[in-house]
Amino acid sequence: MRRSSYHGHKILKFIFIYFFVILLIASIIAPFFWLIVSSLANLKDLVAKPLHWIPRHLNLERYREIFFGQVGISFRYALRNSILVALLATGASFVLSLLAAYSLSRFPGKYRSNLLYVMLATYMMPPVAILLSLYIMLRQVHLVNTIWGLSIVYSSFLTPFLTWILKGFIDSIPKEIEEAATIDGASRILILLRIVIPVAVPGIIAAVLLGVLMSWDEFFYALIFTSTNQAITLPVAIAQFTKRHSIDYGMMAAGGVVAALPPIILAVLLQRYLIQGLTSGSVKG
Amino acid sequence: MKRTTYTAWKFLLPAMLVVAGIVGFPFIKTIYISLFNAPLIAYTQKAEWVGFKNFIYAFINPSFMGGVFHTLYFSLLSISLNILLGVLTAMLLNQKFFGRAFVRTLVILPWALPTVVNAVLWRWIYNPTYGALNALLTQLHIIQNYRDWLGSAGLGTMTMVVLADTWKNYPLVTILVLAGLQMIPKEIYEAVKVDGANWWNIFWRITLPGVRPALLVALVLKTIDGLRVFDIVYLMTSGGPASATKTISFYVYQEAFGFLRLGQASAFSIINVTIIFVFVIFYIKFIRSEGVSG
Repeated sequence: MRRSSYHGHKILKFIFIYFFVILLIASIIAPFFWLIVSSLANLKDLVAKPLHWIPRHLNLERYREIFFGQVGISFRYALRNSILVALLATGASFVLSLLAAYSLSRFPGKYRSNLLYVMLATYMMPPVAILLSLYIMLRQVHLVNTIWGLSIVYSSFLTPFLTWILKGFIDSIPKEIEEAATIDGASRILILLRIVIPVAVPGIIAAVLLGVLMSWDEFFYALIFTSTNQAITLPVAIAQFTKRHSIDYGMMAAGGVVAALPPIILAVLLQRYLIQGLTSGSVKG
Repeated sequence: MKRTTYTAWKFLLPAMLVVAGIVGFPFIKTIYISLFNAPLIAYTQKAEWVGFKNFIYAFINPSFMGGVFHTLYFSLLSISLNILLGVLTAMLLNQKFFGRAFVRTLVILPWALPTVVNAVLWRWIYNPTYGALNALLTQLHIIQNYRDWLGSAGLGTMTMVVLADTWKNYPLVTILVLAGLQMIPKEIYEAVKVDGANWWNIFWRITLPGVRPALLVALVLKTIDGLRVFDIVYLMTSGGPASATKTISFYVYQEAFGFLRLGQASAFSIINVTIIFVFVIFYIKFIRSEGVSG
């Protein structure tokens, strides 16, 4: 009797878990499914009533247009700009942050520890707090609507954020591995390059990945600071596209798929590092 | 000893200079500009000192105060939904089931989707004439006629925007909470089960305390994100219909780049910063008093 009720309980729990797992999978996949279908289906299928969930005709025409056609020109520039800004902004911020994180981790002086909180407070600033002054500053030096200008702006949130992440990783590397080199009289920068960096590779991958993903995703600054093909990033290109051709949702879906693929592929391939990076600040409390 | 201090500062200096130059200085300048009646173009020549007039105007201006209210509504709803869904899915993904590793990867996908793509996608799904949501709900006989999901002038439109935003963003909370759950030793659960505790007790006594650090981080992050929201609103509704979804950030944008009133826009943005800092300071006080060390 007791045994069977135990089994009953188990079966109930089993059904309960799988019911919600399927619900979760469906809720995640359905919007993605619709994005991809919309990018491939003929317009007729997309505007049919009742709606054709499985389109009768598929074609790659919109993708061809994006990569080789007239409508796609801005988009192709934006793709290039997005890649350049992500690399430039993350690269520059990474170098600054690594030095700062190493210093904060290894020489935690009283004043310097407070700097970490200053960094965090900086990260909390909404874009609007600095946006207007930055705009005036960059206009004075003619960096508005350039890849360089936008990269500088992105360093404003990437540098504090990457410092925070990298400090967490360097903290977890035992100090002892540096001691022998210190006794040999090696300079600090050499110790950082030769000893700390090789051990901190997972942390570095996590930090660079998060930096690239944040740059790729950013929209508000890009909207203000870029306006033409020489500097617009993908989010701005997609926004401009929706304002101009508001009816062609199929085209927007295709653009969306192309813009979404790089971050999604990176996140899936490097998910171990991604999760380490995201949780490094929180699990320790 | 002195040498170490010197090295420490030398390593810190580049990052400090950059942060001071592109965050600290612009922020102080924004505060300064907020005290002027200044046009966006050629503002230095035409700036006129007005003291706190821009702030007074902000507080007596019903549409801006509406923006404050919309921002608070967005934040409160999105924080609650993100935390609720994040905790529930994390608890689900902490159970044993077939294909768990696959589902854990799947959960990351919405989070990796760019915000702009997410906004455009959901605007398409909500479309009043061809949208997939209308099609799905009519075919399931949940609604009779197609609806304009982003068309209500009340809080309905903002609610739909929050749902689109939550779908993309709650997986971050899932990841944080799941990491917290995995830190709780299994033996504790076994021990309490032997004591005869029911699942409700287990949840309150073990699960929740175990994930509290993760929850506090999620709470702070989601609050900051919510209070400064701009992109998804701008892309899904452009603040409409009839200003129903304009947030504080949206008013800053509109004031500066639509009406070219730099001083007023700066005052709006300083108010936004103040609201964020009030919330964050409140959380930090709360964390300290609860005895969870940072």
